[in-house]
Amino acid sequence: MSLSSADVEKVARLARLAMNDQEIQAAQAQLNNIFGLIAEMQAVDTKGIAPMSHSQDLAQRLREDKVTEPDQRAAFQAIAPQVEQGLYLVPQVIE
Amino acid sequence: MQWEIVIGLEVHTQLSTNTKIFSGASTAFGAEPNTQADAVSIALPGVLPVLNKGAVERAIKFGLATGSHIANRSVFARKNYFYPDLPKGYQISQFDLPVVGQGALTIQVEPLSGNAKPYEKTVRITRAHLEEDAGKSMHGDFHGMTGIDLNRAGTPLLEIVSEPDMVSAAEAVAYAKALHTLVRWIGISDGNMQEGSFRCDVNVSVRKPGQPLGTRREIKNLNSFKFMQQAIDYEVQWQIDTIENGGKVHQATILFNPDTGETRAMRSKEDAHDYRYFPDPDLLPLEISPEWIEQMRATLPELPQAKQARYVNDLGLSAYDASVLTSSREMADFFEAALGNAIGQAKICANWIIGEVSAQLNRDGLDMTQCPITAQQLGGMLQRIADNTISNSGAKEVFRTMWAEGGEADAIIEAKGLKQVSDSGAIEALVDEIIAANADKVAEYRSGKDKLFGFFVGLAMKASKGKANPAQLNDILKKKLEG
Repeated sequence: MSLSSADVEKVARLARLAMNDQEIQAAQAQLNNIFGLIAEMQAVDTKGIAPMSHSQDLAQRLREDKVTEPDQRAAFQAIAPQVEQGLYLVPQVIE
Repeated sequence: MQWEIVIGLEVHTQLSTNTKIFSGASTAFGAEPNTQADAVSIALPGVLPVLNKGAVERAIKFGLATGSHIANRSVFARKNYFYPDLPKGYQISQFDLPVVGQGALTIQVEPLSGNAKPYEKTVRITRAHLEEDAGKSMHGDFHGMTGIDLNRAGTPLLEIVSEPDMVSAAEAVAYAKALHTLVRWIGISDGNMQEGSFRCDVNVSVRKPGQPLGTRREIKNLNSFKFMQQAIDYEVQWQIDTIENGGKVHQATILFNPDTGETRAMRSKEDAHDYRYFPDPDLLPLEISPEWIEQMRATLPELPQAKQARYVNDLGLSAYDASVLTSSREMADFFEAALGNAIGQAKICANWIIGEVSAQLNRDGLDMTQCPITAQQLGGMLQRIADNTISNSGAKEVFRTMWAEGGEADAIIEAKGLKQVSDSGAIEALVDEIIAANADKVAEYRSGKDKLFGFFVGLAMKASKGKANPAQLNDILKKKLEG
């Protein structure tokens, strides 16, 4: 499998990345290299091996259901571009 | 020609944990904006999610209550989309390995129209998975900008997906109600629909019998059963009209407007559903041991369906009474506490709770937990009905007094002199007097005017100040009149 430049453009748009033609070309080449590596890996016989979803063969540790986080709104909002009435303000979004 | 309706539901139910699914921030409702939005909720760089054990426990309970498969290993995945109410740029959800697999829920369907009889139906559950909720967007007056409150971001949700097994709005509503009852019953969610703790997405399509499934449209975010029924009715008619007029239904996400009673398609971008799921590298697989599942099983209460069956088989109640009494755990608990060991009084106990108690709660705008009469108080009154101390009308008086002023049945009966007269000698004396004083009416009665019987009952009741045992009075009166 290899990616066309249109594929790269679509992925960039989904990831909200602005890319010019030159950058798209470069990304296309790099991504196709990665696909080349994946193709090599897919040639390995994995019959009888259970698929893993994580590179470490461990299970998730769980947290007790207890409140540990204090209100730090003032500290967090001090670095936000714009806030009002305790809300973070962002460019208008309407569905 | 007839159309078939096909409906499937996706229900998002907020889990009743103290903290968020991936962080120790509080989930309490109604806090000042962003005061419960910690570093994980606002997605500061470098933070890592840590899964809340309480959320997993609730998912296991749901799986057990619906006879579902519970995965010994499940995986969290990133669902990628850009929207400011989830600032990570993705929602942590589950995709191909959800925590709860196939199960089923049996429901009682009350048809909405005509004289059709209630019936039972089993709806298959496809899966239920854990995920995080998003924040809230405020489109108020913020100089053309949108305000974001991330308190809700990261609240644990269980998304429960059904098979498209429902064929009418009535079935969809019955399923949603049964699910709503169940999640509260097993204590995994407060089910508060006004606060958004129980939100339904309804997939609707229509087809001709025997044809493949039609194209579906998804009605999003219904938070009332009434709106659900209206939205489905409108949408079904719209789809049928569209097809019969030569048009085509296109897959879409739609919203229901309760003010107009209409559905309309949301504006959606072409890429909106390209979520690019992949396993979240920040989270290891979730493992659930058989021992853990058994521990959770031991915490489950008797489930509504099992209770219904027991009420019908052991207590001799009708299926209808049993289903009303198990419509909430509070009501079932009240019924059982009021009944106590008096199994023989199950029917009268059910009648009082479904009748007077429910009606009075309704009138006063209260729910079962706010009932001013305790189950023990009601039980005490039922005993006095059973042992003939009070008549039904006397019981109503006791009930009204209890409701308004409190107190135990015995004390009220005593204070108000409601004890009925069951001494047959006293009743006979009273009846003799009435017969003697109304010779003309007695003659009319004896010549065939049966309707006068009520007249005599009225007189006798009045003479006894309403205290004569009605059944006894009827017997004695009848005997004496027939002379």
